[in-house]
Amino acid sequence: MEMFIMAFTIFVLAIFVGFEIITKIPPTLHTPLMSGSNAISGVTLVGAVLSAGAQQTTLTTVLGVLAVIFATVNVVGGFMVTNRMLSMFKKK
Amino acid sequence: MPGVLINIGYLIASVLFILGLKGLTHPRTAVRGNLLGATGMFLAVILTLANQRIVSYEMILLGIVIGGAIGAVLAVKIQMTEMPELVALFNGFGGIASVLVAGAALFESADGTDVPIIQLTIAIAISGLIGAVTFWGSLVAFGKLKGLVNESAFLFSGQQVINGVLAVITLGFAAWVVIDPTNGFAYWGLVAAASMLGVLLVMPIGGADMPVVVALLNSYSGLAAAANGFVLSNNVLIITGSLVGASGLILCQIMCKAMNRSLTNVLFGVLAPVGGGPSADDVYAGKVKSASPEEVALLFDAARRVAIVPGYGMAVSQAQHPVASLAALLESRGVTVEYAIHPVAGRMPGHMNVLLAEANVPYEALKEMDEINETFDQVDVALVIGANDVVNPVARTDPSSPIAGMPIIDVDKAKTVVIIKRSLSPGFAGIPNPLFALDNSLMMFGDGKKMVLEMVAALKDN
Repeated sequence: MEMFIMAFTIFVLAIFVGFEIITKIPPTLHTPLMSGSNAISGVTLVGAVLSAGAQQTTLTTVLGVLAVIFATVNVVGGFMVTNRMLSMFKKK
Repeated sequence: MPGVLINIGYLIASVLFILGLKGLTHPRTAVRGNLLGATGMFLAVILTLANQRIVSYEMILLGIVIGGAIGAVLAVKIQMTEMPELVALFNGFGGIASVLVAGAALFESADGTDVPIIQLTIAIAISGLIGAVTFWGSLVAFGKLKGLVNESAFLFSGQQVINGVLAVITLGFAAWVVIDPTNGFAYWGLVAAASMLGVLLVMPIGGADMPVVVALLNSYSGLAAAANGFVLSNNVLIITGSLVGASGLILCQIMCKAMNRSLTNVLFGVLAPVGGGPSADDVYAGKVKSASPEEVALLFDAARRVAIVPGYGMAVSQAQHPVASLAALLESRGVTVEYAIHPVAGRMPGHMNVLLAEANVPYEALKEMDEINETFDQVDVALVIGANDVVNPVARTDPSSPIAGMPIIDVDKAKTVVIIKRSLSPGFAGIPNPLFALDNSLMMFGDGKKMVLEMVAALKDN
């Protein structure tokens, strides 16, 4: 239970950090914000790598590898496309 | 590597993610912010590879190579106008990854983990539920944005009841997973029910409400990652997931406010049926004036301040580059040109800004609605291209209209309003727009790109 409360504390505090930062992001950058935050949420890759590498059973390995594929598309595609968009925003 | 070091590394990764998002608060620092985020991700993955649970790297490498190749190709090839589809798709991938990770965790023996069994099973059930809703909801959103699925709202009687029953079934399966985690059927049943729920929840939502849905699914994909964090008791997942969850929710809120509708109304409500309002004939008959590109070019010649109001139609006709060259031409003749951007213009938050940035419009020229509305009475020519409901003055004047109270761009206050549109057909709200019939309005009927190009040509001839 103690462990859960610790994790939950981090969860709640991080949401507050998120609200504070995201409300300051100008509407001009809302699309890159979505694709960029999407790339970051691909951090599920961490869990996917553990399942694909632990190789406990064939089922968990298959699930793990599929998860690695989807999460990597998210991470690599997300950061790259965000970079592509952001480098288009120029001053006069 | 000892666990303490790995966890300190995860902390550094989390800080990099937060700094990365902070970088996005200004276009000047945004590219660097994105790189910081990517660095954080690289660090998190490298540290995970050092985990002693991992016995083989081949499968991981295989997955990363395949996924990385697909991601890179998508990111390089995609057109800027297709960005809403791509983000919807990526949201979905995040969701399905969470479903798979939670599933794998469920079927692994609990040896390697010191997570209490009840936290583990509840978090697995939540990951499966949110992840599956996100995946299928995003696929439907993708289909609608891409035109593979009918974009309009898909409604049938008893929809709410079916959704309600399905929600209860989904929760029932979730409870089953928690009570009897060794039963694989319960988890896949949960995923199947949540998948159907995801499809049915997004089907009834129409095209112009897509910005809200895409933002909401973005939030869900974050929450699913956070739930994964509880499964693995991994702080970097929890922190990142909640950051993204918060981000999506805030965007949702902004979009809803910009339409003066509640989130519940967007998700479950229907725009009030048109019945009471005036018919299109009453509004338009004999009052609509149309103009040729040459006539409008003369207007621009006499103007000192021009405001361009883009909408989804600009994206559809790929008119952003001609619009930017029109603006550049006018500016070279001493005209001040600004862009008035409504928060829900387009199919995702910030859609118009990205398109215009692609066409080399400097970001200082992109004005938010509230900012430019204050001075719209000093605008000589307002050029509306492919926007309709977001410039409909009825929102201010008629409390019984379906868009009543929605903040709009006050183009009707400009000295002259030029509207490029294919026909007088109504926008998403399905109501006529009295703007088109105002004394100071001129319609240019035709394709957005073609009309703008003709104006540019006419201006060059003058």
